[in-house]
Amino acid sequence: MQVDDLATSGSKQVTARAANLVACRSCGTLAPMGQTACRRCHAALSSREPDSLSRVWAWLTAGVILYIPANIYPMLLTKTLGSQEESTIVGGAIELVHYGAYFVAFIVLFASVAIPVAKFFAIGLLAWSVQRGSRLSGHRRMQLYEITEFIGRWSMIDVFVVAILTALVQLGFLASINPGPAAVCFALSVVFTMLSAQSFDPRLIWDSIEESDRRAER
Amino acid sequence: MTNTTTLPDDLDKLIACPSCDLLQQRVIPAPGKFSRCPRCHSMLISNKRNVIDNTLASAVSTAILMCAAVFFPFISLKGAGLTRDASVMDAIGAFTSGFMAPLTLAVAAFIVIIPVLRATALFYALAPLRFGRRPAKHAAKSFRLAMALKPWSMAEIFVVGVVVALVKVVDLADVSLGPSFWAFAALVLIVVFENSTLCKWTIWRLLAPNK
Ligand SMILES: [Zn+2]
Repeated sequence: MQVDDLATSGSKQVTARAANLVACRSCGTLAPMGQTACRRCHAALSSREPDSLSRVWAWLTAGVILYIPANIYPMLLTKTLGSQEESTIVGGAIELVHYGAYFVAFIVLFASVAIPVAKFFAIGLLAWSVQRGSRLSGHRRMQLYEITEFIGRWSMIDVFVVAILTALVQLGFLASINPGPAAVCFALSVVFTMLSAQSFDPRLIWDSIEESDRRAER
Repeated sequence: MTNTTTLPDDLDKLIACPSCDLLQQRVIPAPGKFSRCPRCHSMLISNKRNVIDNTLASAVSTAILMCAAVFFPFISLKGAGLTRDASVMDAIGAFTSGFMAPLTLAVAAFIVIIPVLRATALFYALAPLRFGRRPAKHAAKSFRLAMALKPWSMAEIFVVGVVVALVKVVDLADVSLGPSFWAFAALVLIVVFENSTLCKWTIWRLLAPNK
């Protein structure tokens, strides 16, 4: 296919893959299918990320599994006058409500509970919809993908809060605060979920839509 | 479909959407404008003025602000006749015992090491272009590194963490924000600025024009 043919191909949408081309995901340069490295930025080329979905599911599973101990075990261990208090992620947020800091409690709950859980479902739904088809439009799924990519990192807030509080304690201020095992689990859960989202190749969404359109035409 | 010889020159007249692979004519948008993919609405090319200047400016100011952010205190506490300051170094050192040690490294990486590494890589890749020289030897590699590290650079998230921590301890001591907090807050603005100005597609074509 010549370049000029494509320009005049009108309403028919052609993907780079269908035209026997590979687009570099790093710099956008097009190469003939089969070329392994981009001539402009030297990144590895692949028409579709290899094993995208299995990597998505693997990282997602790891993220979900670690999210469980992250919520069961304490995030903070506070010792005051001989008594030890343990607070979990949700417990810490409830404490904030007791201080009257509703907005901050909301931020913590949003970043540590709402975002991770929503992200698990969003990534799962995206991968599922590619494999099994979905009534969700491509645009909806694309929006879901973009939001997921953008917002996932913000879950790290609570890990930083624990680090900061512990630092203040080491300066001899607060009675005694130590990070609990949940801090590690939670940090890993966030990292794994980010890796899961990054493994997802959004081009698969549109491939699956093309595929189902083709089946409908038949 | 016949696959005749397509020369690189020919291929550069086309662009494939990075998000949906749709092949289309490459149209460089008017200065200050950006183009979107007609099928999935992802951004294709953003034709901002002074991309290199702006990206370099954000890299340099990230490096400078980070120095201030790391060594000045971000929180000061007053209580029981004592005044203590906590710097980012203290926060990083918080998880030093036992199985928490890897977390120390991760926190250090997310809030200091990766942002600085990114700034350095961007500077190394783009500074020669700014001064009309040929790109450095590993310019392509370091620009790709800078792009790959982007989601892992979390200085702006740390700022929100400081605010939350502040609220948690406000009852126990008299707390105030130190200069480093404001350096981090400025870093947030730089992140926003960089996101709005940096177009990978444009920069790659400036870095390696004749490929
Ligand atoms: Zn597209």
